Amino acid sequence: MNALVSVKNLTRIFDVSKPWLNRLLEGKPKAFLQAVSDVSFDIEERSVYALVGESGSGKSTIGKMIVHLLRPSDGVIEIGGVDLLREPDRQRVDKIRTDIQMVFQDPYASLNPRWRVRDIIAEPVTARGGKAEGLAEHLLEQVGLSAADAGKYPHEFSGGQRQRICIARALASEPKLIVCDEPTSALDVSVQAQVLNLMSDLKEEFGLTYLFISHDLTVVEHMADRIGVLYLGRLVEEAPRDVLFADPKHPYTQMLFAAAPKLDGFGREVEPPKGEIPDPINPPSGCAYHPRCPKAVARCTLERPEMRDLGGNRVACHLAE
Amino acid sequence: MMESRLSRAWQSDFLWSFRRSPTAVVSFFVVLVLVLGAVFAPLVAPHNPFDPSSLNLMNGFSKPMQPNAFTGEAFWLGTDDQGRDVFSTILYGMRISLFVGFCAVLFAMVLGVTLGLIAGYSGGMVGTVIMRIADVQLTFPAILVAMLIFGIAKGFTPVHLRDQMAVWVLIFAIGLSDWVQFARVVRGATLVERKKDYVQAASLNGRKAVGIMLRHILPNVVGPVLVIATISLALAIIAEATLSFLGVGAPPTQPSLGTLIRIGQGFLFSGEWWILFFPATTLLVLALSVNLLGDWLRDVLNPRLR
Amino acid sequence: MMAEAVLSIRDLVVEIPTRHAVLRPVDRISLDIAPGEILGVVGESGAGKSMTGNAVIGLLDRPAHIASGEILLNGERIDNLTKDRLRRVRGKRIGMVFQDPLTSLNPLLPIGEQITETILEHLPVTRAEAESRAVAALEEVGIPAAAARIGSYPHEFSGGMRQRVVIALALCAEPALVIADEPTTALDVSVQAQIIALLKQLCRERGTAVMLVTHDMGVIAEAVDRVAVMYAGRLAEIGDVRDVLTRPAHPYTAGLMASTPLASKGLKRLNQIPGAMPSLSRLPEGCAFHPRCPKAAERCRRAPDPTLAAGGGRAACWFANERVA
Repeated sequence: MNALVSVKNLTRIFDVSKPWLNRLLEGKPKAFLQAVSDVSFDIEERSVYALVGESGSGKSTIGKMIVHLLRPSDGVIEIGGVDLLREPDRQRVDKIRTDIQMVFQDPYASLNPRWRVRDIIAEPVTARGGKAEGLAEHLLEQVGLSAADAGKYPHEFSGGQRQRICIARALASEPKLIVCDEPTSALDVSVQAQVLNLMSDLKEEFGLTYLFISHDLTVVEHMADRIGVLYLGRLVEEAPRDVLFADPKHPYTQMLFAAAPKLDGFGREVEPPKGEIPDPINPPSGCAYHPRCPKAVARCTLERPEMRDLGGNRVACHLAE
Repeated sequence: MMESRLSRAWQSDFLWSFRRSPTAVVSFFVVLVLVLGAVFAPLVAPHNPFDPSSLNLMNGFSKPMQPNAFTGEAFWLGTDDQGRDVFSTILYGMRISLFVGFCAVLFAMVLGVTLGLIAGYSGGMVGTVIMRIADVQLTFPAILVAMLIFGIAKGFTPVHLRDQMAVWVLIFAIGLSDWVQFARVVRGATLVERKKDYVQAASLNGRKAVGIMLRHILPNVVGPVLVIATISLALAIIAEATLSFLGVGAPPTQPSLGTLIRIGQGFLFSGEWWILFFPATTLLVLALSVNLLGDWLRDVLNPRLR
Repeated sequence: MMAEAVLSIRDLVVEIPTRHAVLRPVDRISLDIAPGEILGVVGESGAGKSMTGNAVIGLLDRPAHIASGEILLNGERIDNLTKDRLRRVRGKRIGMVFQDPLTSLNPLLPIGEQITETILEHLPVTRAEAESRAVAALEEVGIPAAAARIGSYPHEFSGGMRQRVVIALALCAEPALVIADEPTTALDVSVQAQIIALLKQLCRERGTAVMLVTHDMGVIAEAVDRVAVMYAGRLAEIGDVRDVLTRPAHPYTAGLMASTPLASKGLKRLNQIPGAMPSLSRLPEGCAFHPRCPKAAERCRRAPDPTLAAGGGRAACWFANERVA
């Protein structure tokens, strides 16, 4: 058990108020959105940890906080035992930040259209003043493109090829952890298979750790070792993959599994889940899932459930057993 | 190799749509001829209107294409009251007009793009202050702002340098009255680009804000900046002409097109129409061509219209 | 069966003239949809599936245009109608549901008003009756407190509720055919399940034929009766959804199914099709799939490419019959 990333009581609140003049004129108070609320989990070294959730679950916000694109409002993120926000040694912080990289969802927006592929891939090194002679060419071959592609511009590549370039860029600083925010949800199925296979291969070759953020359960089931399920900014269930898929404990997880389309579900007639994701600015009291939960009792509306260990699963539900 | 690159450039979408637009081709060549004429005025112009020794007062008020009654010399576009060849004064005047126009737009562009990038990228209080200043300036007509700045700046220049500095003061005044457009467009584009993942990637890789603005965002907002620069050039030339026409611009020792028009209008009702007509027509053609070129550029570079 | 088809597409070709060449985003497509049937059209991006749907409703963006072929709605040609007549057909006889519900809704009009207007335009009813029908339509698609919400504007609804309003709008004039283009792609899994269930239920009740365009094989499996697989503008395979998904006759369908994570359950690596779909300007000679096909033979590399005529065969592959048998 060697945790590369350790997240404790992570919380992020966004100020979503209107500009102060509008507030003044309309007499409205400040509005806050709690995008991530008291989330804790560990990511073991050389494993794939997946965060699953629908829109508004806070999964991307957690990813951005781990790569330090966003500051947590509260809580601690430790990378290799070091809390980068509170560590006084700047050099150590800079060193550890190169260990963390990110692959984004939209391969069209994540490459600067005016830059050559060579400069894009080398940026993690050159932005910090390093030399990157031949690095891009080498990495392009690692991700299944050719060294000759280094002189081209992003628009000359397809979506799948661009995502390979993004992966090459993420590898440039020789990271330990790569946060993958929906890396294949903009890609077609056959291209998705290629990119996922590439990611698996690179993980083996470089000993990488992935934080894999996705809404697609089938992709998560294929990639992840351990899975955290998020609902409205809260971690509702967490378990090793096989345990979770064999025996989901939280009613929300069960609903997600039931609602996901099945390839062999010909003419399947299931009772569709009730309701929609509530407004995160005014989340329901108690357990955030209670208005949609078929098992909800009075206690669920009053008391927010804590994470409990139930065999292999950690579940935040009063009724799960 | 060279040839294939040339032919590829010729085949590029940009030049292809250029070749397909008669307006663009015609206005481009008109601008080209006028700019070349202005730049090479000392070589092209038959006379040097600013060399008093070459002037002959007897040539004054020659009609276009007709031999002068006293000296028998003929001038294409006639002469003014002091016997200066109108064609030559137009070429030299255009030099001043274009120089002032280019420099003013350059100044406005550098200022506006810088402030726009800062306002768009940093947001918050700094951005708000910059854009509110821009809003306030927009409520006044640009020419009024330019006159105001020109007046103030002139007050600060030493008297014996005033004529020499006039052109630079003019550039400063017109440039300062025109940065708002650049700032607004660049700020808008920066707000869009800033959210894109490539900027996030650069930021998580430790690139500093200035580096992100200059190396990442700036190259992606030059398209609209070029379009505004072209249209602004036409406006700056007209602004310069207006100021000079009103007598607050280029001094009579360095007459621009606007100065020429001011001088010419005094003779309009006494029958010497050409002293006004030809500089005015040149200004019109120059401003119109640059403007049409700018319109075409906007259409080509704007992906929404494609 | 063919005579009673709601929609018949015959050898449809859509062309886009460009500077360098004439592209064919839809190339010799033939298919039928029977009353009450849901036909899925599936393919990867650029396969021409949306373009086929747009051709049927006459919403091709210039310079794309129908170059040849016929589109018949209840036996009547609709591909050569004037703009005016086409607009009457759209809405009255063909309903539309798009990926982004906001493209089908007017942001400045209350939703009740939009539905009432559509009913009045297409059905011979009084205004009062149209209004009560609008409320009924909204109730039917599961808008809670429909009567109270007819005055609400589109932006006051969530994404899923908006898509329900769009479905109400598409069905309110009782069309014979609904074209649904990626109706659930922008929605969350739980809401997607709701919308798919709703679409299935309503169309079954009314006997409306549906053309469901999507890239999601899971949605196809659960929602449709028959499926058409498109590749590079051409029809690769068409048939009963169970047959196509479990016993694909075209190597592309087989590859597509195999590369989904579900099909590779328990495998360390996913099965993958090598390469990528060719761009329309660089289509290979012969069968468009042959450079990626594991079974390509000499015949596949030469023109003519295998095509699927209406009602003839299942897969546009020279070797399809051998494999099915």
